[in-house]
Amino acid sequence: MSGSRHLPVDEERWNLLRSACVASLPGRCVQCGICAYNCPTGIDVRGYARRGLPVADAACLKCGACVARCPRGVLRFAVVAEAA
Amino acid sequence: MRHVIIGSGVAALSAAEAIRGVDRASRITLVSDEAHPFYSRPGLAYFLAGTIPEKQLAIRSPAELAGLAIERVAGRAERVVPARHELRLAGARTLMYDRLLIATGARSIRPDFPGADLEGVLVLDGLDDARALASRAKRARAAVVAGGGSTALELVEGLHARGVSAHYFLRGERYWARVLDCEESALVEAGLVRAGVRVHRATAIARALGRHGRLVGVETNGGLRLDCDLVAVATGIRPRIELALDAGLAVDRGILVTSLLETSAPDVFAAGDVAQAWDPLVGESVLDTLWSSAAEQGSVAGLNMAGIRTPYRKRVALNLTRLADIITTVVGDVGGDPDPDLVTITRGQSEAWRGGSVGTSVVGRNATDRVRIRINSRTILGAVIMGDQTVSVPLTSLIADRVDITPIRQRLLDWPEAMVSTLLDFWRTTEARRNDGNPAPALVAV
Repeated sequence: MSGSRHLPVDEERWNLLRSACVASLPGRCVQCGICAYNCPTGIDVRGYARRGLPVADAACLKCGACVARCPRGVLRFAVVAEAA
Repeated sequence: MRHVIIGSGVAALSAAEAIRGVDRASRITLVSDEAHPFYSRPGLAYFLAGTIPEKQLAIRSPAELAGLAIERVAGRAERVVPARHELRLAGARTLMYDRLLIATGARSIRPDFPGADLEGVLVLDGLDDARALASRAKRARAAVVAGGGSTALELVEGLHARGVSAHYFLRGERYWARVLDCEESALVEAGLVRAGVRVHRATAIARALGRHGRLVGVETNGGLRLDCDLVAVATGIRPRIELALDAGLAVDRGILVTSLLETSAPDVFAAGDVAQAWDPLVGESVLDTLWSSAAEQGSVAGLNMAGIRTPYRKRVALNLTRLADIITTVVGDVGGDPDPDLVTITRGQSEAWRGGSVGTSVVGRNATDRVRIRINSRTILGAVIMGDQTVSVPLTSLIADRVDITPIRQRLLDWPEAMVSTLLDFWRTTEARRNDGNPAPALVAV
C-alpha cells in the first residue's frame, strides 16, 4: 500500500490495524454471542473472548463489526505485544 | 467418584467443565428443572430485543458438550440428605453423590398486587420467560414495566424494540437510586424518553385489571387506568435456598460458603447466585448476581469438588452494561440511596456496590461522558463510568488493588474536569512500577 496516496490519518489507521487484532477485556464478557452473530466471516468471536484470547484468525477482516456491536463494550482493537 | 450438580446456569456448567478438566473418569450428573441447552442468561436481554435469534444464546457447541460427558437429568431436586449423601428428586428418584454442588441460582420476586396472577403478568428469569415475553410482545400494543436495576431496563428496552409501546413505572422520582446518583439516573431516563419510552415517576401498579382472565390494563396507585396487554415486573431476585434450608445448611440471604465454596455440610458445595461468599473488599459475605462471579465460583467449586484445593477470592464487583444506550461500568462501592423500586438486588448487580463505606463523590464530565468516583482518604472505593470507557480498566484495577491515591487525591478534588487524564497518568505510572519499569500494555481504540 502506497502511503503517499492516503491521508496521514488513513496510513496511521492502516498501520495500527495491521498490528492490532480484536481482543476482549477479561472477566467482562457475558457470552451473549452478538459478536459472532455479526461476524461477516463467521468467526466464533465469543469463543475467543471466553478463552481470553485475541482473535488471531486469518479470516478476520478487522472490520470492527463485533467491536461496534458488543453491547457491553468488551471488545477492542488491541495492539498485541508480538505484533507491535 | 460421582459428582452431582443441581442447576443449569453458568455456575453449574463451569463446575462441570472444571471437574472434567482434571478428571476424565468420574461421573458428573447435572440435575435441573430447566431442560434447555446451556445459554447466556445475560444474553436474554438481546434475544428479547430481537438483536440475536434464540439459537445464538447457546454458549457451548454440541461438540464441546459431548466432550464434557455429563449426564443430564431433567427433574426437580426436592431434598438433600447430607448425612446419607443423597439427593432426592421429584418422582421418588434418588441420586447418591460423593460431592454435591448446589447452583440453583435465584428467582425473581413475584409481584403481589391484585391481578398479578393474570395471564400476561410476567417476569424475566430464564429462557422460558424470555420466550413468553417475546411471544406476547408480538400481539401486545402496550406494556407496563415496573421495578428497578438493569433487569427492568432490559424489559423496557426489549419490549420497546419489539414495537410495543412501553410505559416504565418508577415508584420514586428516579431510576436505580440504589446504585446511580441523580445525574446518572437523569441521563438514563432522558435516553429512554428520547427513544420513545414513557416514564412515569411516583407511580406504582395498584392492581392489574383483567377481563375473562386476560390482562387488559393496570390501575396505578394514583387511581389512573392504563390499557396494556403485558405487565413485566423486576423488583429483585431471591436466591433459591429452599433445598439448603430444608437440609439444615447455614443460610443467610444466600447459602453461606467457606473460601473453598463448601457449605456447612460435608461434601456439599454452593456457587453462583445462590451462594453468599466472603468479599474481602467489603469485609462481609455478600450476594451478587454477576455472570462473571457465577462462572468463576462454578470453576472454583468444581476444582474443590475434584479434590484440588482452590480458594475462591472474590474480585471487585463489576458490571459493564448498556443503560438506555449508554455503556456503563459500575465497579466497587458506589454508594447510593434507598431504592423504592427494588426489594433486593436484581440480576447483574452486587450487594458490594453498596458497601456502606464513607466516601466523597467526585465527578468528571466531558460532553456526554461522565465518570464518578467515590474516594476516601487513601483509596478509590468505587466508580460509575458512563459513555467513554477509557478509564474503565484503569479504575477497576485501582479499586481492586486498593492503590494508595495520595499522590493524585488533591488534584482529583481540585480539577475534576481533568479526572480522566489524571487517572490514566497515575495508572500508567502504577502499572509501570508493578511491571518493573515496563510500560502498561496499551489498549488502542482504532
